[in-house]
Order: sequence, then C-alpha cells, then structure tokens
Amino acid sequence: MNHAIRVLEYQLLSYRRTWRGGLFTTFLAPVMFLLAMGLGLGTFVDGSAGGGLGGVPYLVFLAPGLLASNAMQTAAGESMYPIMSGITWNRIYQAMTSTPIRPRDVVAGLALWLVVRLAIVSVVFVAVMLLFGATSIGPGVLMIPVAILTGLAFALPIVAFSVTQRTDAMFPVINRFIIVPLFIFSGTFFPLEQLPALLQPIAWVTPLANGVSLARGIAIGGLDPALAVWNLGVLVAYCAVGLAWASRTFHRRLVQ
Amino acid sequence: MSSPTSEPLVLARGLTKRFGAATAVDGIDFQVAAGEAFGFLGPNGAGKTTTMRMIGCVSPVTDGSLTVLGMDPRTDGPRIRARLGVVPQQDSLDTELTVEENLLIYGRYFDLSYRESRTRAKELLDFVQLTERAQDAVEPLSGGMKRRLVIARGLINQPDLLLLDEPTTGLDPQARHLLWDRLYRLKQQGVSLILTTHYMDEAEQLCDRLVVMDKARIVAEGSPRGLIDQYATREVLELRFRPEDQAAAEAQLGGLAERIERLPDRYLLYTTDGDAAAVEVHERGLRPDQVLVRRSTLEDVFLRLTGRTLIE
Ligand SMILES: Nc1ncnc2c1ncn2[C@@H]1O[C@H](COP(=O)(O)OP(=O)(O)O)[C@@H](O)[C@H]1O
Ligand SMILES: [Mg+2]
Repeated sequence: MNHAIRVLEYQLLSYRRTWRGGLFTTFLAPVMFLLAMGLGLGTFVDGSAGGGLGGVPYLVFLAPGLLASNAMQTAAGESMYPIMSGITWNRIYQAMTSTPIRPRDVVAGLALWLVVRLAIVSVVFVAVMLLFGATSIGPGVLMIPVAILTGLAFALPIVAFSVTQRTDAMFPVINRFIIVPLFIFSGTFFPLEQLPALLQPIAWVTPLANGVSLARGIAIGGLDPALAVWNLGVLVAYCAVGLAWASRTFHRRLVQ
Repeated sequence: MSSPTSEPLVLARGLTKRFGAATAVDGIDFQVAAGEAFGFLGPNGAGKTTTMRMIGCVSPVTDGSLTVLGMDPRTDGPRIRARLGVVPQQDSLDTELTVEENLLIYGRYFDLSYRESRTRAKELLDFVQLTERAQDAVEPLSGGMKRRLVIARGLINQPDLLLLDEPTTGLDPQARHLLWDRLYRLKQQGVSLILTTHYMDEAEQLCDRLVVMDKARIVAEGSPRGLIDQYATREVLELRFRPEDQAAAEAQLGGLAERIERLPDRYLLYTTDGDAAAVEVHERGLRPDQVLVRRSTLEDVFLRLTGRTLIE
C-alpha cells in the first residue's frame, strides 16, 4: 500500500505541473453540454406532448447521464496516451520499478490516481449541475462515487491494454469504436428502452449504460434495488477484471 | 556502507538468460567484491544490459544462480532494489518534472521523508554540478547533463552498489570526461560499482577488474593491465598502406612481430618494441602511408580474443 501511495504522489506531483491546462475543459465540458443539450434541446422535449421524459424535465433526465459519460471520457483520456508514452518514451514505470516499487504497486497507484482524477472532474460536474438546477445536493453527492466507479470501469481495462502498446495507433480506434458509440447508445440522451430490442441486452453489459442507469436512479429517485445491484455488479466486474489484467500486462512489460 | 562480512556483493554461477529460443546470457560466472569497480566490456548485443537487468532484479534468471547483496533476486527483489542504485542504458527521466523534482520523487520511492529527500537532492545536484539547473525542466538539458542527473538519482538512496549501464554512450568527449571524473570520485569514496561499456578507454580508466563479454559469454577476466599483459604485447605498431601497395606489403611483414592482425584499413603488429619494428619495416623497403607506435589497450585484447573490434 505504501508503495502504491508513492506512485500516487508521483501522479499528483506531475498533475501539479499540468492541471492548469486541463482546468478549462474540466469546467467547460459540463457547462456546454448542460447548456446546449439540457436547456436548449430540453425546451423542445419538455414542450412536446408528454412534457419531458416520463414527466421528468429533460435537463434532470440528461444530466446524470452526462455526468457518467464525462467520467468515461476523462477515463479514456487518462488511460491511453499517458500510459503508453510513460512506458515507451519517458520510461517512468521502468524508473519506478528499479526501486522497491513492484509492477503491481504501480497498477495500484495508478488506480488510486484515477480515483482522484475522476473525483475532481465529477465534483466539478455535479457543482455545475447544481448551478443549473439539474439536481439537488443529496443525490448530487451520491452520484459522485457512481461516476468515479463508471470511469474506473473504463480506465482500468484500457490502462491494461495501453501498457502493451508501443505506438498510439490503436487509441483512435478505441475512441471511434468503443467510446463514441457508447456515449451515444448508453441511455444518456434517450431511455435505453428505445434502443432496438436486439441491442438492449448488449447495452446492459457495457459499463456506461449501467453507470448512467445508476446515476439516473439516484437523481430521479425510485431506484429499483435489483437493477441497482446489477448496475453495481457490472461496474465492479469491469474494475476487477481491469485491475487483474493490468497487473499482468504491467508485469509482462516491466519484468522481462 | 557495505556489509561487514567479506561475502561478495554479487555472485553469479552459470547465470543464463534466454528470450524464447535466443540466449542473451549463456552460463556466465563472476563475482563482485565490496568496494570494487567491476566492468563488463563488450560490443553491442553481447548481453551486458541483460546481465545488469538480472542483477537489478527486473529480469528473472532463466538458469544458474545469482545472489545480490546476499539475497536471492527471485524472492527478495524489492529488498535488494532498496539498496541498489540504477543508471539504465536509456535515460528514464520525467520530462514533466523539474530536475530537482525528479530526485525528490525518486527519494520517496525509497521511503525517504520529503525533508531527507530534499537534503540529499541538494547535495547530489551539487556533486553532479547541476545546482544551477535545479528548478529547470529536464528536456532542454544536454545529454551529458541528463546522464549526470540519472547518476544523482541513482545515488539518492545511498546504495551499497551502483549499476551503470553504458554511462557515457552517445556523449561527446568533453561530457564523457566530466562524467568519468564524477564516477572516479565515487570510486575514491568507496562506492562499489558495476558498469558496462563498449569503450575500452572507459573500462581502463574506471574498472579495477573486468570481464570481456562476447556473444553472451565471458571470454576473459582480469584487471585492465593484467588482461593487456596476458593477451597483447606491450606495444603495437600500426601500419597503413596505400591500397595498391597492400598486397605486396603484406607478403613482407612476416616475422616482424609476435602476431599480426589485419584490419580492413590497417595492419597491427604486436611487439614489445614498436620503434624497432618500425625501423625494420623501413629496412625491408616498405613505405607505409602512416606509421604509429602505441601501447596496447583493451581493444587489442578484444581483437585477440574475438577477431573483431569492439565498435563496428
Ligand atoms: N526483452 C528482450 N526480448 C528479446 N530479446 C532480447 C531482449 N532484450 C535483449 N534481447 C537480446 O539479447 C541479446 C543481448 O542484448 P543486450 O543484453 O541488450 O546486449 P548489450 O547490452 O550487450 O548490447 C541481444 O541479441 C538482444 O537482441
Ligand atoms: Mg546494452
């Protein structure tokens, strides 16, 4: 554990040098999305026949989905290029593991760092939601760990993959065929039930749909316990598999 | 500083490393004593880095036995690494951090307090003459400065043994001499070190004892002086002929020296008295383009042992 904390310290030290550059997007992403989609598009949805989605204003429906999606995007950003360049070019992880730190400590430390990083963007996102009146404080706070867990469910398996790479060639592919489709088809913008029946079972085993479902259940209330357990189970499973896989791939790459 | 017993810092017996079907290190035996500066001299691909990585406990041994600081790398990796300093062949500095931060965080990896890490970082930056650059980014530093920083980093845990993998490869002569000076000081302070190199002058200057490695094996062992005495003559006469004279000249060189090596561009005549041999060359009517008498070096030892030069 001690060694994992050292790796986290390194990440924080490194973040201290770069956080200003990311600050703008951290704030801007939620503001823009909530403004454009929530308020803009929401006016049409709420003005249509039923009035909102199932009686819920569109902004309230959408915001938890965007929170979870934002965690996914952040996770993707942190777990591809920085990991590959760290092992291939800067050799950061090689430097760490020539000290008492072991590859699995590096993985544990990175996981801790991802929690911190995801917490930062999620806290900011929820704060903006509160500002727009898209949620209230209680559910807002509860949604933060859900967003973190959703982000980790992406980040850990991607980290495991990225450390095996020697170039960035595969990363646009991951973005195009995993991140972007999931963003659109995970129930963020419209209820999952509107997906073709064939796609629905697939959606329910992907991390984002479950993260959105859980966050929205908290935001709107009336969380179905069975569904919530399923959502949590899927997210935790992705994290656990990602962690175990990353321990293997880091070990393979660092200990040859 | 080092263990009170006189047991070797590193002891390898039949040490072997295979990558799939390829054998990178093929059953080598060596040992390194406390306080010693020990070298692996050999050309690219000889297996030096692989050996260093096994000693550094980041590469599992395939076969044979290896003991580092009295411990087994298979089971005690973290405890061994806690007492090693490592200067890898490729710099592994963090370009996002400053010079000082690179040292600070590295000290933390060894569980030093921030205060202790900072104190040592200051001293070490002073030692490697980078104090003025402490707050600068790493990227604009020259190759030699980066190398010195990596050496400072390798010393932050006050290691019992410093591993240097090709410390000066790729540096210009001035930067190399500055580095040698620092390493020589460390040696004088009694720091035990193992270094690899394919520069014979580096090995001669820094190593008390060395092994010559070629194609995954050790082909000779001794002190630089001892190896030269054993495998070469005291002096070498180097002769360079115009290409059109070469064939005729070669026929007349016989008997001029104990041993003659033919390189693509010149002949090396191994003899105790180079000047005498040069006179004789002249007396035989040979008119080489260039004549040079010099002392034998480890390069000559390597040539003798393998039939090749160190740097192709
Ligand atoms: N990780 C690896 N996988 C496969 N082959 C390797 C690996 N590392 C080194 N080798 C091979 O082992 C041999 C020795 O390499 P190395 O120890 O780097 O030599 P040196 O440091 O003396 O130049 C080379 O043929 C090299 O290609
Ligand atoms: Mg090497």
